[in-house]
Amino acid sequence: MTLATGTELATAANEHLANISNTLIYSAMAVYTLAFFAYIAEWLFGSRSKVARTAAALTTGAEKAKSAPAVTVQTAGGTAVLERPKVVVRSSAGARDVPDGPGAHGGDEQGDLYGRIAISLTVLAFLVHLCGVIARAVSVQRAPWGNMYEFNITFSTVAVGVYLTLLVLKKNVRWLGLFLVTTVLLDLGIAVTVLYTASDQLVPALHSYWLYIHVSTAILCGAVFYVGAAGTLLYLFKDSYETKLENGGTPGRFATSFLERLPASSSLDKFAYRLNAAVFPLWTFTIIAGAIWAESAWGRYWGWDPKETWAFITWVAYACYLHARATAGWKGRKAAYLALIAFGCWLFNYYGVNIFVSGKHSYAGV
Amino acid sequence: MSKTTTGTPPERVDDDLGAAGSQLSTAPKEDLPNLPSLGVLGWARWLWRQLTSMRVALLLLLLLSLGAIPGSLIPQSGTDETKVADFRKAHTFLAPVYDKLGLFHVYSSVWFSAIYMLLFVSLIGCIIPRSWQFVGQLRGRPPGAPKRLTRLPAYTTWRTQAEPEQVRADALALLGRRRFRAHLAGDAVAAEKGYLREFGNLAFHIALIVLLTAFAWGQLFKSEGNKLVVEGDGFSNTTTQYDDFKSGNLFTADDLVPFSFNLDKFTGTYEASGPNQGTPRIYRADIDYSKGAYGKQEKGSISPNHPLSIGDANVYLTAHGYAPLITVRDGKGKVVYHQAVPLLPLDSNVTSTGVIKVLDGYRNPAGVREQLGIKAFLLPTYTKGVETASTFPALRNPVLNLEPYHGDLGVNSGIPQSVYQLDKTHVKGYKDAKGAQLRDNLRPGQTMKLPNGAGSITYEGTKEWANFQVVQQPGIDWALGGALVAIFGLAGSLFIQRRRVWVRAVKGADGVTVVEMAGLGRSESAKVPEELGELAGILYDKAPGAPEPEQAPDDSSDQDDTTPDPHVVPAEGAEK
Ligand code: HEM
Repeated sequence: MTLATGTELATAANEHLANISNTLIYSAMAVYTLAFFAYIAEWLFGSRSKVARTAAALTTGAEKAKSAPAVTVQTAGGTAVLERPKVVVRSSAGARDVPDGPGAHGGDEQGDLYGRIAISLTVLAFLVHLCGVIARAVSVQRAPWGNMYEFNITFSTVAVGVYLTLLVLKKNVRWLGLFLVTTVLLDLGIAVTVLYTASDQLVPALHSYWLYIHVSTAILCGAVFYVGAAGTLLYLFKDSYETKLENGGTPGRFATSFLERLPASSSLDKFAYRLNAAVFPLWTFTIIAGAIWAESAWGRYWGWDPKETWAFITWVAYACYLHARATAGWKGRKAAYLALIAFGCWLFNYYGVNIFVSGKHSYAGV
Repeated sequence: MSKTTTGTPPERVDDDLGAAGSQLSTAPKEDLPNLPSLGVLGWARWLWRQLTSMRVALLLLLLLSLGAIPGSLIPQSGTDETKVADFRKAHTFLAPVYDKLGLFHVYSSVWFSAIYMLLFVSLIGCIIPRSWQFVGQLRGRPPGAPKRLTRLPAYTTWRTQAEPEQVRADALALLGRRRFRAHLAGDAVAAEKGYLREFGNLAFHIALIVLLTAFAWGQLFKSEGNKLVVEGDGFSNTTTQYDDFKSGNLFTADDLVPFSFNLDKFTGTYEASGPNQGTPRIYRADIDYSKGAYGKQEKGSISPNHPLSIGDANVYLTAHGYAPLITVRDGKGKVVYHQAVPLLPLDSNVTSTGVIKVLDGYRNPAGVREQLGIKAFLLPTYTKGVETASTFPALRNPVLNLEPYHGDLGVNSGIPQSVYQLDKTHVKGYKDAKGAQLRDNLRPGQTMKLPNGAGSITYEGTKEWANFQVVQQPGIDWALGGALVAIFGLAGSLFIQRRRVWVRAVKGADGVTVVEMAGLGRSESAKVPEELGELAGILYDKAPGAPEPEQAPDDSSDQDDTTPDPHVVPAEGAEK
């Protein structure tokens, strides 16, 4: 081969880049760890404040509900015309009228400061992390998801990206920070220790632009499903806390301090539902793109390969969840369990199938 | 589900909303399972109602996903026959149980089929009445305003000097411009928007039916065959030419797309060094093909992910290996065999094995007809010290190990035989000088002499072979179309809000017009109040506020933004 020397030079350069990528990933982990401590500080300082808003709302709510509908007042059309008519919003019958918690800092100034530091650190870590992923992609000269190591580092970047995007969109998601950074650290930890694979090109079966389409949407769906599942899980905690208060019980001090600062259960529930519903069409597309790719790579659209099967199971599980909420009247906790099961299926499809089950997809390399 | 159903979203609309809250969706009403007492017809109707109810649909969906699980954990005969065989050997107790339950072919088992057939019926039974109902809603008009608009989730009111008729006319025009379907009903304008949601939802479910039907159709008319072709050889698409061939129940041989091709050259390259040494980089088969029975020759190539499409047929490259070119001569030096023999790859470095079978034309030195069977073992890259396996997949240093036998290969006995195996019951090995089985390593160009002037075997060189899978699956365009419609339908169904707005304008007792506006969405959403506020703002500019009457309204404290009531629920997403 006449190209041999050129290829070897390129290989050396690529290995150098791959090393840079590794350094960046480790640095990102260090910064995430700092962010983790800052979030912890936010929660700790926040526990000093004694707001007890949920409890107050729930205990006074009972008498008040009879006298006046729960209403809030909102200026329509913003600041332009002051005396415009105002829209009165009435929450639906049966829903608890509980305000959202103030967030991890609990209204404490120092807590809030640490929270802001934590977010800045998360942004920094995200940038370093992103550069690491890009360096990896450049070093292997393809999309950074050819094996499980790459999939992991890309997945956590996207998850943090989703969180930061929601923050930029001024959604009430600051409460998610600590959980997110913890899982990201876990994910990266597993990636660099167990799953590490030296940078490498792809085997011929993976040479397809469908790989870009199919896997990138799969990663994005996974990241959004993850954030949705975190919301659902916290919804379950917060909901039982509210139920307990409503029935006159007194939840433990830790639970109170922690859960009170989260958004109201109904807000968490809606948040999770919106995310899940919003990515469901994309997940559908991901599966179809996978089928199209399988057709050109293996000569069949659908072969019930374990990975395909679990993508299908995940899809059906989320469809169950959407159905349950939309039509079967399974609101609240029952639907939440379905959502968690569905996310569990997604996780299993990713880790479980690659590790425990062998199939055509497993040559992505554990 | 009849057309008169008022599918009231249970948790949200109060009794006094009446028809106003009805039919924001066409979702069927859940009726409690009250057992019928009406004989066979009654039972049938009851069963049908159950089957098409949402509860059962949900159950079937859950069952479908649960039912898919075993197939992903237990080896399936459709995908990996050898694994199933291993499993049977390892689990003598479980295997018969699994057999009974169809767990080795879950996705074609009776029970799995039953689940999806029921789901299919449920889907059809659900979608048809819903479509009807939706058409009815499109033909009808949005329901009139409920008596007490204050009870609705979003509400606003003001007093104006404008005449009620004028306000209503303005509202009608405004809502019309906003592409609401609006009409005047009594003293109020009733309007509705977001029908695309329902449309998307129906489109999605109907697309699912199309998708599934197309798949079933494809399954019935499908054909799939494999053909191994050595460089220089060709293939034409008839059932007899395939090495193996499978087809759906309704397939006939006439359905095969006519074409033929020759394999000119197969190229395989591999990572030459480094940690991934030996990993495949490029596989490519260069071919000459012609469409139809006597089409003109065209050049083409097939590689993984790039099948060749001819009509409904796709030709995939699925495997490759080596075929040593062998010449066999008898004792007199006459060539009795000259052929490239495809060998079966055993590992990722393409260590290969097979049998060269000389079936006729050979006579031993005594002049008696005999058959020759030569076991062949090829190392494409031989490294000294590693005798039993190749160390690299390409032909860097090929060595062919041959082990010749003579006698009756049993090929004519009618029992099907693998071309890669030698039946040794009626053959004898050639012996070397020491009396042991003759076996020798040859390099390309070398010749092995058979003892006692029995002839010779020459390893001329190595060709490559490629395996092609030819798949014909009609209906796949329909499936793809269905899938695309499903995605867009789904997006419409999940992202579009269906909502209603009412604007009531009446003269109050003091002669001043009171305008009331209210909005209702299918689900609680910040969008409904936001939109209502915007509409109210525009209408307000047309019908500006009149001074409030002297006595202060008793809810004025609620309107004071500076002292938020802790009990208050902010509209979700509203700026605080
Ligand atoms: C393959 C199975 C199915 C899938 C993947 C599926 C998926 C979906 C999805 C994603 C939605 C949107 C939910 C939402 O608006 O939030 C939906 C709605 C709906 N589905 Fe299905 N579905 C399936 C089968 C069925 C069956 C068998 C029935 C009827 C018995 C049915 C009846 C409905 C109805 C009535 C709605 C609309 C609820 C509304 O008005 O918003 N679906 N479905």
